[in-house]
Amino acid sequence: MAGGKEIKSKIGSVQNTQKITSAMEMVAASKMRRAQDSMAASRPYAENMRNVIGHIALGNLEFRHPYMVEREAKRVGYIVVSTDRGLCGGLNINLFKKVLADAGEQQSAGAEVEFAVVGSKATAFFNNMGAKVVSQISGLGDNPSLTDLVGSVKVMLDAYDNGEIDRLYIVYNKFVNTMTQQPTIDQLLPLPKSDDDAIKHRWDYLYEPDAQALLEQLLVRYTESQVYQGVVENLACEQAARMVAMKAATDNAGDLIDDLQLVYNKARQASITQELSEICAGAAAV
Amino acid sequence: MAILSVNLNVVSAEESLFSGAIESLQITGSEGELGIMPGHAPLLTSLKPGMARIVKKGGGEEVIYLSGGMLEVQPNHVTVLADIAVRGDDLDEQAAQEAKQRAEEQLNAQSNDVDYAEAAAELARAVAQLRVIQATSK
Repeated sequence: MAGGKEIKSKIGSVQNTQKITSAMEMVAASKMRRAQDSMAASRPYAENMRNVIGHIALGNLEFRHPYMVEREAKRVGYIVVSTDRGLCGGLNINLFKKVLADAGEQQSAGAEVEFAVVGSKATAFFNNMGAKVVSQISGLGDNPSLTDLVGSVKVMLDAYDNGEIDRLYIVYNKFVNTMTQQPTIDQLLPLPKSDDDAIKHRWDYLYEPDAQALLEQLLVRYTESQVYQGVVENLACEQAARMVAMKAATDNAGDLIDDLQLVYNKARQASITQELSEICAGAAAV
Repeated sequence: MAILSVNLNVVSAEESLFSGAIESLQITGSEGELGIMPGHAPLLTSLKPGMARIVKKGGGEEVIYLSGGMLEVQPNHVTVLADIAVRGDDLDEQAAQEAKQRAEEQLNAQSNDVDYAEAAAELARAVAQLRVIQATSK
């Protein structure tokens, strides 16, 4: 059995770890609240934008924007939003698994896949895997700004415009609640059709001023808002997942300390018993 | 049977400002003032800085200032995607007056380092805010 001193130092080191994890838990909890607020604030805009885009995709418009034309999927692009830092449980891995499963399906259907990655975890993962990464951005921090994201998104949009990719998806973790983060794949381009049954007949919009300028303006806003929303949601997910993971780690450290304390007490008891019996034996020998 | 109300959503990048059934909507489009009644034909337009006057179902008015954005109209659904939107009651009259004065001075200064288009846009926003404030205080 290990000596009392070694067990004592082991308890000390576990306690130190516990202090760190519980501090990280509290930091994540406060950051999560802020991230959740900013996510909730921009969510209605992104959702309504998606609805409007859904209507546009359904309509019979006089001006066919390239974003609305369904092409055969020969090459598929994914914008993968991940975290910059680890220690957030299975958040990133679950997301990557989902992407790979989806990309595998596309590949077996004969399409090539390429990735634009946001966050250093996805960068590391997809580079290691040897996948084709066309753009990457990381170090967005806790308040991502749209201007930082635009560059990486633009690479994919240009590729779409030039016909280098035929489908574009955005992959991120959707924030359901603190305990649940849902890896989500949303189609960005071509525009996803709304499933609103009320408007099935042939129709077109009235435009003010003209169709092309208007649609271009709207579609830029659409992609920006969708990507921004993905990043913000992922941020809230990251903090929530980290909080949960760190809480579990703190609890586990507590259990570990209890167990070690028990072992330590037993060892101490055993050494006292041994000393006593040695004294008794010594006294009897005299 | 005539359609008596239509659903309206007003959202900005920061928050959702209005969601519910309305009887009519008066709004500033890029080509002029628009009145939207229930059953309007599908319409897509961009918005200028201006105000949106909403008549809620069963009476009651609400006035919202918009800095610009997009408007989509479907027969049973109207969506306003605003860049920046503020409820009339939350606008600061003094700040708007100052912004208006500043913009006018810049326009009149005639110096080359002032971006004319930007100053004009600034002025349009300030004037629109003041109009919204007048409409709410009436």
